[in-house]
Order: sequence, then structure tokens, then C-alpha cells
Amino acid sequence: MYAYDELDRTLINERVSEFRDQVKRRLSGELTEDEFKILRLQNGVYLQLHAYMFRVAIPYGTLSSKQLRRLAHVARRYDRGYGHFTTRQNIQFNWIKLAELPDALAELADVGIHAMQTSGNNMRNVTSDQWAGVAPGEVEDPRIWSEILRQHTTLHPEFSFLPRKFKIAITASEHDRAAIKIHDIGLRLHKNADGETGFEVLVGGGLGRTPFIAKTIKPFVHGRDILSYVEAILRVYNQYGRRDNIYKARIKILVHELGIEKFAREVEEEWKLMGDVGLTLDHSAIEEVRSRFSYPAYEKLPHMPDELKQAAADPLFERWRKNSVAPHKVQGYSIVTLSLKPVGGPPGDATADQMDAVADLADKYSFGEIRVGHEQNLALPHVAKRDLPQLWRALDRLGLATPNVNLVTDIIACPGLDYCSLANARSIPIAQELTRRFANHDTADMIGRLHINISGCINACGHHHVGHIGILGVEKNGEEFYQITIGGRADENAQMGVLIGPAVPYAEVADVIEDIVEAYLALRDRPEELFVDTVKRLGVEPFKERVYATR
Amino acid sequence: MPLVKQGRIITDLFVHVADGAELPGDGAILISAARFLEDPEAILKRAGKTGVIWPNSRAVDDLVPYLERLAAVALVFPTFRDGRAYSQARLLRERHGYDGELRATGQILRDQFVFMTRAGFDAFEVKKDADADAFAETMKRYSVFYQPTGDGRVTALNRRMQLRHSESAGQ
Repeated sequence: MYAYDELDRTLINERVSEFRDQVKRRLSGELTEDEFKILRLQNGVYLQLHAYMFRVAIPYGTLSSKQLRRLAHVARRYDRGYGHFTTRQNIQFNWIKLAELPDALAELADVGIHAMQTSGNNMRNVTSDQWAGVAPGEVEDPRIWSEILRQHTTLHPEFSFLPRKFKIAITASEHDRAAIKIHDIGLRLHKNADGETGFEVLVGGGLGRTPFIAKTIKPFVHGRDILSYVEAILRVYNQYGRRDNIYKARIKILVHELGIEKFAREVEEEWKLMGDVGLTLDHSAIEEVRSRFSYPAYEKLPHMPDELKQAAADPLFERWRKNSVAPHKVQGYSIVTLSLKPVGGPPGDATADQMDAVADLADKYSFGEIRVGHEQNLALPHVAKRDLPQLWRALDRLGLATPNVNLVTDIIACPGLDYCSLANARSIPIAQELTRRFANHDTADMIGRLHINISGCINACGHHHVGHIGILGVEKNGEEFYQITIGGRADENAQMGVLIGPAVPYAEVADVIEDIVEAYLALRDRPEELFVDTVKRLGVEPFKERVYATR
Repeated sequence: MPLVKQGRIITDLFVHVADGAELPGDGAILISAARFLEDPEAILKRAGKTGVIWPNSRAVDDLVPYLERLAAVALVFPTFRDGRAYSQARLLRERHGYDGELRATGQILRDQFVFMTRAGFDAFEVKKDADADAFAETMKRYSVFYQPTGDGRVTALNRRMQLRHSESAGQ
């Protein structure tokens, strides 16, 4: 965990007091809605279909139990008793009153949580691997760099009014769990031939109506130079990014229009001209940030404790363990994913009571730490293997032990038309229906790893382009239709899915997905071949045929 | 529209001269970049100070040869959300060493003052009287800054490192 000090806390409190003043001026009419809009967005406040929506940052997905309890309190006191975890390490509250927002923010600030830059045309909440610091084989904990960037991007005096929103993600693992290739800047931490730590810098990725996979702009930028290099990218973007058309204002369009080579030259030139402007991070600066991360005092534990051997006799436990428990870098410990995707539930939602209970379990079994991943699940990052059976029983009682992580019902979905003013179609009921269709665990297990992503509109908050199966809601003559893509992925081999054919009406979506899955089961050349690999091998045609032959 | 400079509301000594209008023989003038670049030497020779309104869509490089002789550069925020002039301001101050008046014009509200002063602005044509009145108070809003800029404020990281250094020296 990173401990905020007096300076961090002071800044957050100063921000709350500024926002309190802004809300006051809005309520008195001193600020017009147009003026206020940008100010509230910079504090994570949207005006949605029914009410204000409030998006709170969970920088690099790390929460303490105290912080999670406070989020539960905000859900209960200021909202309707639940919150929604998003694909960008945020939590959203959907029913908050504008006049009460400053108080909610002040209560969060009290435990080092804020909502700065979770929205608006600025550098958004920096995201990272939810297994950062505990995944085996990591170059180093990417949260140190995430925190350095979090500080640097917070209330940045030059880049708080960019052409459009700007998202940075960091990974330090071979397997990319942070989806860096679909971010404006993706940073991959690695070591060069001399053993020095630095970043491969990727730029211009993103989804929405013009999806692009990020391109490498520089294979190695030394850690000490990362702030100045990011600043150079931002400066080029701020000056030359399009502002005439909101749909063309993202950096991906600039990179696409100029070409990555020309864009890279512009950045390189800016970077050289920049010279030493105090952004170089010497060893002591990096160590200063690193020193404020604390790590658990792990015990020396056996690789295979007796408790685990005994529990293995219970098939329900084993099913959950195989699905939800991942290796940890320290022997005797595991990373446990808590599925927020129960059968029939809205993906990513958690009640205040569940949040409180997870906080208690984190205290008991995970050194008080919780993680939030972009798949809209939670994780306990430091669970002793001997505690797994007890933890499982507790999670099961809370409805948080659905053994479907990475399976077909572990669906990523945006809130869609049920909440969002931008949406053209519903997402949540589609997800709920699919979880019912594939509720049989044995079937889901036989299908294997399969990611379904659903977005209720072209803005792609549900990352449908990179779902193994992507579902995009569109509106046709006042009715909800859905375009289906297959073969997308968001990992280190990220690519966009391919459309299989004409959009289908709401009522047929679940049938179509079942058809696609059945086609896959018939087409895969062995049980270990993942859906996405079968699509890669065969292309979309056989799936298209199966879906449209009878429709 | 009130003008705030160095923290106080002052009278604007610069006369805005429209592109077609005749230039006064003396006195401080503020003219467009297009007009200035037509014949910069002639304009700079007149008696009286010269200020240029520089559009946010044009690189400041073209202005650099004249910076030492300019009394004011006005950068433009056509809307609240168009932040190109923040980059221009930092480039003028930090890269090109401009030390004359750097004025923010356009949609200027109190909520941008901190960002603007940090980027190098020292004069503000403020849209609302109440915002101009609140300038001093608004500038006290923040005491912690994460990024180094040309304004010389000590960053949070440097404060921490200084603290750590003095602590270890005291031991």
C-alpha cells in the first residue's frame, strides 16, 4: 500500500474545498451549467439519465480495507446502498445529490480517496495491473511508477484542458492485465540489456467509434526520463490535437493522421528542446516514492498446507479454487479474485454490505488490502493458502464466490441505457440473460476462457472491440439492435474483434451468442484451444455461417 | 472586463487597436499577431509599448525574435475548455525566457487562475467582476503542487526530499 502523507492529504482537502465553492456558486446561479460542467467533470461528476453520477478514483486499483469501508459508507449514506466498479479502476455511484457531493468528497478525502480527474478532458486516473506487486515474475512493482505519474498528472497546470480525455496504463508483467494497448499512452516496464529499468512507450490506442491498437513510439525510455517524455507527448498533443471535432480529438487520431514516425519525431524534438526542466527523477526521488509503499510481513509458509489438501476433497471448493485462485510471488500465498458477476446480477455491482464484508475479510486474510481490476472484479492480493477454505466459505455466504472468473459469464459490461445518457441500448439485461444461459458451471468450464464484453453505445465503455465476443448496442428505428464481433482481445496480443454480420435484435442476442459458442465447441481442434485462438485460426466465416444460416 | 495584474485589479493601459484602425502615434497598444507580423520593425519603432495578441493555433516560435522588445503578449482562451494557451505560456516563459506581461484573455474564470499563474500568466482579463475580486483569495486555495513549472514553487516531492534530508542530517 502507498501511504498518503500530510502533503497529499492537504492537496485532496484543498480540492474538496474548491469544489464546495464551485457547487455553491452553481447552486446560487453564479456559474452557468456550461461553466460548471467542466468543473464538475474534473471532479468525476456526470449528469446522467436520472441523476448525478459520481465516479471515484481507485488509483492503480489498490484500496485499503478502511478505504473500502468508507466507499460502503458513501454508498449507504449518499446513494442507494451500492456502487458499480468500472473498467478503469473507478467506482461509480449513480444516485447522488449535487448539494451533498462536497460532503461525500470530504468523507472520502478523510481516508485518502478523491475523485479528481476521473472525468473531463485531462489526464485520467492512472491504471495498472490489479496484481501489481504480487504477480510472480514481475519486473518490479508498477505502482511505484503509477504513483509517480498519479502525482505528476494531478492538477497539472498545462494539461488540465486537453483536446479530450487522456488515459495512461502501466504494466510490469509479461502478461498484460492492464490493457495498455488500448490506452492513449501504454507503458510496459522492462529492463534493457544493461539491466536498467525503463519503459516501452506505446501511444495512440483506444476504442470508441475509431478503435486503434497503440503503437510503440519508443522501445526504451529510462525510468528517470519517463515524466519528461510523457510531458513531451502531452505537449505535442495539446498543441496539435484537433479541437474542431470532438470525435477526432483523441491522440489516436493525431497519431493516425500524422503517422507514428512523424508523431515520434515531433515528440523527440520537443523532448530534446525541453532539456532539464526539473522532471528528471534521480535515484533518491524514485526511492522517496518507493519508500512510502509498504508490503505485508509475509510468513514463511509451506507451499501446500494441510488445510488445502483436506479441502481438496470438496468439489465445490476445488472448482472455486481452480477458477479464482492465482499464484503469488511469495510461497504459501495466493491472489484471490472475487467475482462481481453472480448469475443474474449486473456486472461490477457491489452492495455496501458486501463492501464492508470484503473489507473485514481483507483485514482477516489479506493484510487489509483489496484490488480492483478492469474486468470489474475485486481481488484479495495476499491470502495465505491455508486460509483459502475459510475464505471461500465466507465469500460464498456473501455471494462473492461465483467460480466464473475468465469464463463465459465473467462479462464486462457498461451500465448501458439503464443509467447512461449516451447509450443507445441496454447492456445489463443482456449480461444478466447470458449469465443465466451459461449458468451451468460444467458447460462454462468446458468452454474455457472466453471474454464477453458489452457496450450500450459506440463509446465502448464495455470495451466490446476487445472482447473475445463483443456486443455493441445500436439503435435502429427506435429499437435496440446489437452488432457482434469476435476475436478481439485486450492483452499483450491485443487486437480488435471482427464483425460477423448484420446487427441482431435484442431478443435474439443470447441465442446468437449460444450459437457462436456451440460453433466454437464443434470447431476447436482440441479442448485446450481457446475460443479466441479458434477464431484466429479459422476467421469469422464459419461462425458467421452458423449464426446467419438459420436467421 | 476587469484586468487583474500582479494580484490587483488595475486599469488597462494598453489600447486594443482593431486590425483596420489607425495606430495612435504613441501610447501602449495591443494588436493582433497578423497585423504585427505585417511589419514588426515599423511597429516596434513607434513611441509607446507594443503588445501582441497571439492566437492559440499558431506556434509561438514566430514571435520569438521580437520577444525582448514586446511589453505584453496576450494569449487566447476562446472557450473555457481550449487549453492550448497553457502550453504556449510555458514555452514563452520557460523556454524562451520572456519576462514581459503575459496576459490571459477570453473565457477567464477564477477556477483557472491557479493553473494560469503556474503556467506563467501574470495578467488576466477576467470575464466576471466577482472573479476578479476573488483573485487573491483564489490564489491561496492551494498550498501543495506536484509538478515543477517556471513559477518556481517547490514541488511536493522536493519538499519531502528536503524534509528527509534535514531529518537524516539531524540524527
